[in-house]
Amino acid sequence: MTPPLVSVHNLCKRFGQPPALVHAVEDVSFEVRRGEVLGLVGESGSGKSTIGRLILRALDPSEGDIAFDGLPIARISQRQMRPLRRRMQMVFQDPYASLNPRLRVRDIIGEALDAHGLAPGKARRARLATLLETVGLEAAHADRFPHEFSGGQRQRIGIARALAVEPDLIIADEPVSALDVSVQAQVLNLLQDLRRRFGLSMLFISHDLDVVELMCDRIIVLYLGRVMEIGPAEQVCRSPRHPYTQALLAASPRPDPDAPRVRRLLTGDIPSPLSPPSGCVFRTRCPLATEACARQIPPMIAAGHDHAFACIHADAVPPSALPEATGDDIR
Amino acid sequence: MNPISASLFLRRLFRRRLVLFAFVVLALIILLAILAPLVAPYSPTGMRVINRLKPPSTLHWFGTDEFGRDVLSRIIHGGRASLGIGMAVVVTSMLAGTTLGLVAGYFRSLDALIMRGVDAMMSLPDILLAIFLVAVLGASAGNVVLALAIVYTPRVVRVVRGSTLVVRELPFVEAARTLGVSTWQILTRHILLNVASPILVQATFIFAYAILAEAGLSFLGAGVPPETPTWGTMIASGQQFADRAIWVVLFPGLAIVLSALSLQLLGDGLRDMLDPKLRKAL
Repeated sequence: MTPPLVSVHNLCKRFGQPPALVHAVEDVSFEVRRGEVLGLVGESGSGKSTIGRLILRALDPSEGDIAFDGLPIARISQRQMRPLRRRMQMVFQDPYASLNPRLRVRDIIGEALDAHGLAPGKARRARLATLLETVGLEAAHADRFPHEFSGGQRQRIGIARALAVEPDLIIADEPVSALDVSVQAQVLNLLQDLRRRFGLSMLFISHDLDVVELMCDRIIVLYLGRVMEIGPAEQVCRSPRHPYTQALLAASPRPDPDAPRVRRLLTGDIPSPLSPPSGCVFRTRCPLATEACARQIPPMIAAGHDHAFACIHADAVPPSALPEATGDDIR
Repeated sequence: MNPISASLFLRRLFRRRLVLFAFVVLALIILLAILAPLVAPYSPTGMRVINRLKPPSTLHWFGTDEFGRDVLSRIIHGGRASLGIGMAVVVTSMLAGTTLGLVAGYFRSLDALIMRGVDAMMSLPDILLAIFLVAVLGASAGNVVLALAIVYTPRVVRVVRGSTLVVRELPFVEAARTLGVSTWQILTRHILLNVASPILVQATFIFAYAILAEAGLSFLGAGVPPETPTWGTMIASGQQFADRAIWVVLFPGLAIVLSALSLQLLGDGLRDMLDPKLRKAL
């Protein structure tokens, strides 16, 4: 049996030294299956970008294991990591800061090819043209500088750079959140096209549940560095089990205003990762919290195939807080 | 700053008349120094004691010195040494300072070591450190360059390190790292290219400081040997006649002021152009 493309086991990342120890990622386990798009959702500070950077080894994990295509990579050196970099690439949030303003597009993308000895010499020009056309730009754009492009076009350049080395995995860190809404849809469509065309696996990081639901096969909901709920996109979004997921969904506008919905808006801010609450980290903002929540870290409870959540009040949580509005109900 | 074409850059830079004026003066001084043997009316070393300490006239525009040598010719020739030393100091301190600054800013493990050395050197007064170094190394043009380069390198290190610390955290550097780009390429293509403008600004200022410091060292007798005409040695040897023949020290002094001032003005202009926050105000 082939191993999953990425498997992450008990991953922890802490920054700084006690007393100022930040718990960015705590005991996170999941896998990215071949060909799937896995969404990582959470508020800012939930550790979603940190997880992406840990898998890429842009950061070193504090504890836990990461395997890429069966190879353990959590503790290998940057030198050992280099050949694997060809197989995993990142698309960045900020299309302005993620492109060197002093390099032409041909050098920005060419650098990716050079780093792995791809398309040298005469093949370069043709390869650049193909890449630019793949992301919906023109071959002539290769001679321009990043500032001559719009935000959406720049993000396409960033995607072309990631595709240049023909990776198996793309980690997309909020790839559209810096773009205008009209441009967001175009870039999301492009990512979906590319995924189908090249059979890419993707880790899609976002704070926007609607975008994640649209893009992803499965979703992981993070809160304060811990997994709250994990499951197929449709199940997580249509029948969320964890009170945090329910609150997130309640906070995001739905296309059908008549659909009955539970108004369970969160109050307060995400607690400081310097001193996360004991037991369940969400209990300080949870409407269902009891004393028992402070005593133990809730285990992942299975809720059907592939679906699990971390809440000890499993029974108290309505199985379907957001019932699907069908046409019959309205009539 | 976004890269713009060179002609547009210069047009914007010279929109300020003072910067244009400084550039023209500087270009003129440099040109005179380069063409010295062709444009100087007399030999800088030709002595005629009968002409001793003659005031400015149509024959000797800037007068003559205590040995009857033409002051204008000596200033034109002296510019070669003064500007040459200044330029050599700029090149040497830029190379050393940029390298150390990039290393200190990018490799955090070496940061403390390099920066404490820089702090220690910056705690000494510039001219005292330079005198000490020349005294140890021996007085020659080459050693003056070396001493002044050592004195000014820490300033460059600070500027480059500061900018490197900012640029190294930008997403395009992280992007390069995750692409598997080598550290050398990251340092040169991504970081150096984006910290080049503050380095350029610093270069013009150090040029000005070096010209002043060379004159100061020569005046104090710790500079180039007095037989080499530099603006500093001219003032040093002329000072004892200053009460009778002010032109002997006035004109070399003006040459120093004019070059240093032009360089500072040009540096200010460049800094305002290259700093986006200041550029908006223009």
